[in-house]
Amino acid sequence: MKNELEYLSKRVADRKLSRRDFMGRASALGVSAAAASTMLSSAALAAGPKKGGTMKLGMMGGESTNTLDPAPAATQVPGMNLRLYGDQMVDVAADGSVEMRLAESVESTPDAKTWHFKVRQGVEFHNGKTVTSEDFLRTVERHANEDSKSGALGVLQGIKDMRAEGDTFTVEMENPTADLPYLMADWHLVVQPDGGFDNPNAGIGTGPYTIEVDEPGVRHAFKKNPNYWDDTRGHVDEVELLVINDNTARMSALQSGQVHMVNGVDPKVASLLNRAPNLEVRNVAGRAHYVFVMHGNTAPFDNKDLRLALKYAINREELVEKVLRGFGSVGNDMPINAAYPFFDDSFEQRMYDPEKAAEHYKASGHDGSPIVLHVSDAAFAGAVDAAQLFQQSAAAAGIPLEIKREPSDGYWSEVWNAKPFCASYWSGRPVQDQMYTTAYHSQADWNDTRFNNAEFDDLLIKARGELDPAKRKEMYSRMGHLVRDESGLIAPMFNDFVDGVSKQVVGYEDDPNGFLMYSWAPIKCWLDA
Amino acid sequence: MMRIPPAALIGLFFTGLYFFMAIFAPLIAPYPMTEIVGDVWEPSSAEHWLGTDNIGRDLLSRMIYGGRTTIFIATAATILSFTLGSILGFTAAVVGGWVDQLMSRFVDLIMSIPTLIFALVVLSVMPVTLFMLILVMGLLDSTRVYRLARAVAVDINVMDFVEAAKLRGEGRRWIIFREILPNALSPLVAEMGLRFIFAVLFVSTLSFLGLGVQPPNADWGGIVKENKDGIVYGISAALVPAVAIATLAISVNLVADWVLNRTTSLKGGRG
Amino acid sequence: MHPILKLVAQRLALSILLLLAASVLIFVGTTILPGDVAQSILGQAATPESLANLRKELGMDQPATTRYFNWLFGALQGDLGTALTNGRDIVESLGGRLKNTLFLAFWAAVVAVPLAIFLGLLAVRYRERWPDKLISAVTLASISIPEFLIGYLLMYFVGVKLGWAPTVSTIYDSMSLGEKLSAIALPVTVLTMVVLAHMMRMTRAAILNVMQSAYIETAELKGLTSFQVIARHAFPNAIAPVVNVVMLNLAYLVVGVVVVEVVFVYPGMGQYLVDHVAKRDVPVVQACGLIFAAVYIGLNMVADIVSILANPRLRHPK
Repeated sequence: MKNELEYLSKRVADRKLSRRDFMGRASALGVSAAAASTMLSSAALAAGPKKGGTMKLGMMGGESTNTLDPAPAATQVPGMNLRLYGDQMVDVAADGSVEMRLAESVESTPDAKTWHFKVRQGVEFHNGKTVTSEDFLRTVERHANEDSKSGALGVLQGIKDMRAEGDTFTVEMENPTADLPYLMADWHLVVQPDGGFDNPNAGIGTGPYTIEVDEPGVRHAFKKNPNYWDDTRGHVDEVELLVINDNTARMSALQSGQVHMVNGVDPKVASLLNRAPNLEVRNVAGRAHYVFVMHGNTAPFDNKDLRLALKYAINREELVEKVLRGFGSVGNDMPINAAYPFFDDSFEQRMYDPEKAAEHYKASGHDGSPIVLHVSDAAFAGAVDAAQLFQQSAAAAGIPLEIKREPSDGYWSEVWNAKPFCASYWSGRPVQDQMYTTAYHSQADWNDTRFNNAEFDDLLIKARGELDPAKRKEMYSRMGHLVRDESGLIAPMFNDFVDGVSKQVVGYEDDPNGFLMYSWAPIKCWLDA
Repeated sequence: MMRIPPAALIGLFFTGLYFFMAIFAPLIAPYPMTEIVGDVWEPSSAEHWLGTDNIGRDLLSRMIYGGRTTIFIATAATILSFTLGSILGFTAAVVGGWVDQLMSRFVDLIMSIPTLIFALVVLSVMPVTLFMLILVMGLLDSTRVYRLARAVAVDINVMDFVEAAKLRGEGRRWIIFREILPNALSPLVAEMGLRFIFAVLFVSTLSFLGLGVQPPNADWGGIVKENKDGIVYGISAALVPAVAIATLAISVNLVADWVLNRTTSLKGGRG
Repeated sequence: MHPILKLVAQRLALSILLLLAASVLIFVGTTILPGDVAQSILGQAATPESLANLRKELGMDQPATTRYFNWLFGALQGDLGTALTNGRDIVESLGGRLKNTLFLAFWAAVVAVPLAIFLGLLAVRYRERWPDKLISAVTLASISIPEFLIGYLLMYFVGVKLGWAPTVSTIYDSMSLGEKLSAIALPVTVLTMVVLAHMMRMTRAAILNVMQSAYIETAELKGLTSFQVIARHAFPNAIAPVVNVVMLNLAYLVVGVVVVEVVFVYPGMGQYLVDHVAKRDVPVVQACGLIFAAVYIGLNMVADIVSILANPRLRHPK
């Protein structure tokens, strides 16, 4: 019986038998629908990628002010656009290793100070120009310049010199930097012709798709790039990206078959959504975390006691239970968890402690006026619920929080990194160095807690060049303590990435680096008609 | 004792029920409004008759307190709009002349901007508090009452008993409160029902848009907003408050209809 | 001058005057009210310098009348200023959204108006019998049910359960008309249901009013069927009030769109206005308020003018 089913499922994969007929025969053979469906998808996977079709995505995290410029891209939709139209020199693979993309190889001198990136030969931009080491150089130059407002500005600190010679792009660091390939794998560093200096918004890259329609905050449409250099990727002919920030609407679009995939499934509805027969909820644990960030340099958050009061006033277990509902774990007010190399597991878990919170609150001398927390479901799925739970637990400690619901459109440009206390998320970075440099170095553009700690900055640079793992771990541990106790970061939980994927989609694999297979899903997956 | 038609009876029952729950909310509600007592969206059970909401609060308790907020705002706004609208309307009718012209044109002007839009414009600069919501709704709605009150009073103002009172030398205050008000009461009461419904729907809409009552407090519209993510999976937590709004509105409407019919028949069809 | 022309011109002038007055009201409502705009925008982050800067940016260091006239003349020249929150040109951001909102309202009207008139006629034909009673019960229900409830119910049953219509109403330029219409099917249905009741009830009342005239009795005595009486004699005379009804409801439609847009995440003016009210972005709110008021006043004016044109007694005023 099993053989017969396997044979039939292959026939379906080869499009010689309809899906419906298969399900009918399977049930005649006494196989449950779920088991038959699993067989079908493994057969489809075994049959290899099918070309063609239009992949439709419904995504949160886009707004009308988005551009195609890689530098300021902060949220999911602009990030996905970059994936589709561009490539980086190097990238991070699902297993956490560095993956060569437009760079063919990376080598360094033994002191880890000088790094050589060799350019892959014969790759063309969408405008027909061939990628050279000069393009690498100019790209990094632009992002390292403060004017570009790049999210990668932090990770590009400490470069002494850069040059392009022949097919090699060379970076010289002031200090030894063991994780430089990871830093260069930052997803903002999409290689553009001449680094994007002339027109960063052009949407010209080397990516598997070319952009056809760009309506920020509404829709982005892409067509297959026929000259794409990597033929293991880019299977569907067209990709359509609909911006749907509203949770209800996004989920119903998936349910009703308007889109093939969605990101940001609210864990609250995940099990309900999973009941729908035509789709699957996929989750993967990683380094992503949901946060409440206070500007440490702005009243009243410039007061350490007040910050600690708020850190003690949040009930992390309750948030994990109510908001993540099993799709994640408790955080400890630092951006690092066990998924990172050099993680120190001896940290004491910070617990909800209304008495301590009240003590610190009293010590802060705050005048008792409500502390305004800006929040929107655009921050993360369930953010408004999380804020209400926070408000509740803080009230028990006598701390008045006022929730200010902000519209989804404009949240990332006008609230996050602008208002002194708001909800946000981080998708995490492959190594501690990159995470800390991106968001906690005093000079980083995305320092959303306005953390300014000389000891921390200093350790950050030193740890880069520390080749003794034990010492390096110690340094990172100290940095963790500084962020946890001194900064304006409240990191109550590490969340799984929860995506909703239609059963028509084949080839979806878990990738802990980000939602929708670290945004590779529309490129690596294909459609089974 | 006159027979009450069944429709009005149903209306009276629900209106009474909702008002009763609103007034005695703290005594009736099984749990406090903001306390988290269970899991997310639990189905109805012996402990939680209506189940729990989006973060695990008892929905019944939240509905009772939320109803209290909704009904309080709507009642206060209605009273404000009535007092203001009818006094100004009567005054305009009795005084007449440029006072009447001025007030009527000003009311026309306010009514030339859609109510919701005007409210949004004002709420964009004013802090969103209960008091402010009541004030905005009451003032905007008083224009409708003004028109009705003025129209009714103009009719009554020329009747014999008013003329008689004027000849007796009664002041304007007497004429407005002792002559016109009692006789204009029945159409105004019926209108009051409609204004109350309008106020309920209006505050619910504002809260649904996120511009009304702010968390952790909520009125019925706010509860809809909080739970709306569950609707497409058949979670009833968002439908319960929406249905409550609808039943309250329909009930008041039924009562108002009945009051209107009854009072006009008592007056022997004065017109 | 022909008396009609004169009347029409009068209405036109009156509407313009009203619009000017409305603009004053909107301006006053947002700037002179006791709330301090700058304070409420900045909230807790307000420092004396940032307050002063923002007040200056808002032009609040100038007298209110100067600001009003600057704003008004700007608006007349098609310049509504820039949004406080993202510094974008308001007219630019608004253009596409206004188009979308009008598109939605237009199609809702195309569906609702003929349906309402037909049902109104039906109600008159069968007055005091079950169709009439049913219609009035539905009317009562639909006035009492909040728009968002209707919206979500449709989304759940028609969109998700039955899969007949898309639940996300995003429309964009490259869509064909058919695709656009399919995308807005649900919001159009909600809007139709919301205005249908009002329109139907008012149509019914208008025709019943006409039905009490002597010439209807004559027609009935001639032995015409009751539908003939209504269609040939009552309806033509009821056109003026009916047009009035239609216009009033169209005006309502343009406003009712606010809630429906939020429910279906439709990229229109309503959503835009609501977002910016929450952000306290005063220039955007003023601009939206002005546009909504203009549409509302405009439609009311058209209603007035049509009823003048359709009414023989008004055409020849004594």
